[in-house]
Amino acid sequence: MAVLIAATAASAALSTAQAVGPQVSEFTLDNGLKVLVIPDRRTPVVTHMVWYKVGSADEAPGKSGIAHFLEHLMFKGTEKTPPGMFSGEVARLGGQENAFTSYDYTAYYQRVAKEHLEKVMNFEADRMTGLKLTDEVVLPERDVVLEERRMRTDNDPGARLAESLQATTYVNHPYQHPIIGWEHEIKQLNREDALAFYRRFYAPNNAVLVVAGDVEPEAVRALAEKTFGQVPRADTPPRNRPQEPEPEAHRRVSLSDPRVAQPSVQRTYLVPSYRTATGREAEALDLAAQILGGGQTGRLYRELVVGQELAAGTGAWYQGTSYDATRFGVSAAPRPGVSLETLEKAMTGVVERFVAEGPDELELARAKTRLAADAIYARDNQATLARIYGAAWATGMSVKDVNEWPDRLKAVTADEVKEAAKRYLQLGRAVTGYLSAPEAPATPAKVETRENRS
Amino acid sequence: MRRSASVYWNGIFFGPRAVLPVLGRILLLVLMSLSLVSPAAAQSQTTRITRVVSPGGIEAWLVRDTTLPLIAMEFAFRGGAAQDPPATPGVASLTASLLDEGAGDLDAAAFQRKVADLAMEISFDANRDELRGSLRTLGENRDAAFDLLRLAVTAPRFDEEAVERIRAAQLASLRRRSTDPNSLASERWFALAFPDHAYGRPVDGTLASVPTITQADLQTFTRNTLARDTLKVAVVGDIGPEELGRELDRAFGALPAKATLRPVADVAPKGIGTVDVIPLNIPQSVVLMGTTGLERKDDDFIPAYVLNHILGGSAFSSRLFKEVREARGLAYSVYSYQVALEHVGLWFAGTATKNERAGDSIRIIGDEFRKILDEGPTQTELDEAKSYLTGSYALRFDTSSKIAGQLLQIQIDDLGIDYIDRRNALIEAVTLDDLRRAAHRLTEAAKALTVVVGRPAGLSGG
Repeated sequence: MAVLIAATAASAALSTAQAVGPQVSEFTLDNGLKVLVIPDRRTPVVTHMVWYKVGSADEAPGKSGIAHFLEHLMFKGTEKTPPGMFSGEVARLGGQENAFTSYDYTAYYQRVAKEHLEKVMNFEADRMTGLKLTDEVVLPERDVVLEERRMRTDNDPGARLAESLQATTYVNHPYQHPIIGWEHEIKQLNREDALAFYRRFYAPNNAVLVVAGDVEPEAVRALAEKTFGQVPRADTPPRNRPQEPEPEAHRRVSLSDPRVAQPSVQRTYLVPSYRTATGREAEALDLAAQILGGGQTGRLYRELVVGQELAAGTGAWYQGTSYDATRFGVSAAPRPGVSLETLEKAMTGVVERFVAEGPDELELARAKTRLAADAIYARDNQATLARIYGAAWATGMSVKDVNEWPDRLKAVTADEVKEAAKRYLQLGRAVTGYLSAPEAPATPAKVETRENRS
Repeated sequence: MRRSASVYWNGIFFGPRAVLPVLGRILLLVLMSLSLVSPAAAQSQTTRITRVVSPGGIEAWLVRDTTLPLIAMEFAFRGGAAQDPPATPGVASLTASLLDEGAGDLDAAAFQRKVADLAMEISFDANRDELRGSLRTLGENRDAAFDLLRLAVTAPRFDEEAVERIRAAQLASLRRRSTDPNSLASERWFALAFPDHAYGRPVDGTLASVPTITQADLQTFTRNTLARDTLKVAVVGDIGPEELGRELDRAFGALPAKATLRPVADVAPKGIGTVDVIPLNIPQSVVLMGTTGLERKDDDFIPAYVLNHILGGSAFSSRLFKEVREARGLAYSVYSYQVALEHVGLWFAGTATKNERAGDSIRIIGDEFRKILDEGPTQTELDEAKSYLTGSYALRFDTSSKIAGQLLQIQIDDLGIDYIDRRNALIEAVTLDDLRRAAHRLTEAAKALTVVVGRPAGLSGG
């Protein structure tokens, strides 16, 4: 997740001429709406995003999927704006739009030529509180979401295992539920659920407006006051989710499906996020993920793919942008004839050696160079920048945190990486998942019967 | 396996880094690197394109932009997987994956260490018609980055260790795709549509062909394909024309002057009007419908492009979106798109619907194709399409790599260096008559070759 945090002031970690990161302007309207303006004057376009500090982890028990379902329903019109009018106008303006939901946030965005900014701000401000829903639009959209779940999850054994892995990692925290929701609960969601969730969480004081592009901060302030500034503040509940206990036992999940033609082993550890970490633990975990899994120079690749020739591919990641305790993952896919048990043992060996020895100075420097460069590359894309700052804010970090990230990263020592690895990359904090095909040789993995009908 | 694959939600485990776990209202389609045409016309600095010709005679289009300390380059050699030996599909793809796996004095590990130390990005990928490359570097590492590129394109080693390792990765990927409904549908579609043509063979090879690819195959492909006369280059970033000229000669100067390509025939898709079902035990059927389209060089390409936008190209307001998703809730994802290959133009639609309703979705999509071909769009639809297509042009030029990608595609399509300035006028000029004429030429598209993967009710016979 380094890239998400990275963003800005990247120069600090690199040698020469790079000067500073984007000069992000930050202010708050009277109704509590936070505003961030990120300059990018290379093209006369703007990225306009509104992030709500509410995601699937804020759902009530039994209502999994409501945050995401509501996100879909937000396109169905308001008291003032008939269904389809907002999207139709964005299309006529040559704009692009979409929305997305995660565990900790829900965000809506449009990308338009800069002269159309006020128009989209008007519409977005209107649907902050004006949503109007009828069963006529709600019920078909629920079917759409069920199809989305089939497409993303049910149709894909790997995604089904990932869902179980996530559910098993968290024994108490609502991160255990999939963002899209459990199928049986999605089927029960209705118009009243959506509106109740909407009224509870959608308010200017629970949102951040991010505008990136060819704009002046003062002009954005004036437009924001004129549009979002008219939306009244509301009482939104504080974030107070059940937290994870200290994990005690290594757990295993396995999914066997005839459609798995390429098995894999995956492991996730429960670790702190940028918000919950102490000191530079989170930065150290970002570096650990890079050192273990960073392309072909990463330890997992060098040892499992190149050295021992057990794996066809490997990976490592750290999801640092998270409000509560988060996950660190490692994975590997075996070459033919290598069992998952053998591969898992070798993968564990790589992690344990890393924990015991820590990184050498060269690989630590290489990882820092890579992450710092990612921060510069991120600046080439205003939409990426908007996402970085928006996601950081929604998970409890400030603009300052983001801007100082390259400096903090640079300061991390080999000992700090080793300590973080030792503390968190322990089997007792982990869930290990096997994705495989059934043993029985009678069922070929690849179904190739063919019918041709005209 | 650093190929620039589509980004899937939760594609966590094999990516270099965690993918943001989010769900979008629509899936952002990443439509392969085929000529998915339609650049868009931008104002601003993107029109400041310089044609650079190096001292050694290598041409590149350059947009100099010193805002950020980086350089993005996109380039392509004509001759992709269509140049594979007919009995050995996958050679171009495996070659592309191996160019940065050891070159010159550097074995794979040493090469990759250098790439990492320079924090540069270099990748190669083969599609049906081209072998494409992409480079991103910080300005301060420019010389070293172009030097690594030189090694990759002029002196790849194809060491046995690297070949076997990348072959294993390629086979793992093929095994994964062998039960992935989208991959199965696409591969089957091309196999049925082009049974006796290079386009019918899978770009990344097969589980049978990849093990048989030899080092000699890779060397022959490299020698025949990577040459100066088929090279197109686009560069954006912090570099001047003269510096770029020197870097072009450094990187590509030692390549052979001429490529040796086997001829590829123009072709038309077969099997239009038939349905093929690949039974797979999944709850949702994946549908791919493909039919005749127009080639990029066709005079009616732009009208056909507008027609497609109205049918299924527009994200939230296309006819397919409204009929299949909004009104009936049959699918999350439904769309149509054009693919202009070098030797054929194609027109596709796709969706994914629970097995019980797959037949309904296919029927509705077919009806919408026929309706738009028979009756054409309304004036309002045409006006709104023009408004979107011209207005959104600038959004294609907002990052260095996107600009470079656009400039490269315009060169490949041979549209001229002034195309960006002309493009919006071409869209604006489209009339309902033009759409009718394009529709008339596409009457065959009232039928499609349909491939369904899943257990579609009433289609699979069980």
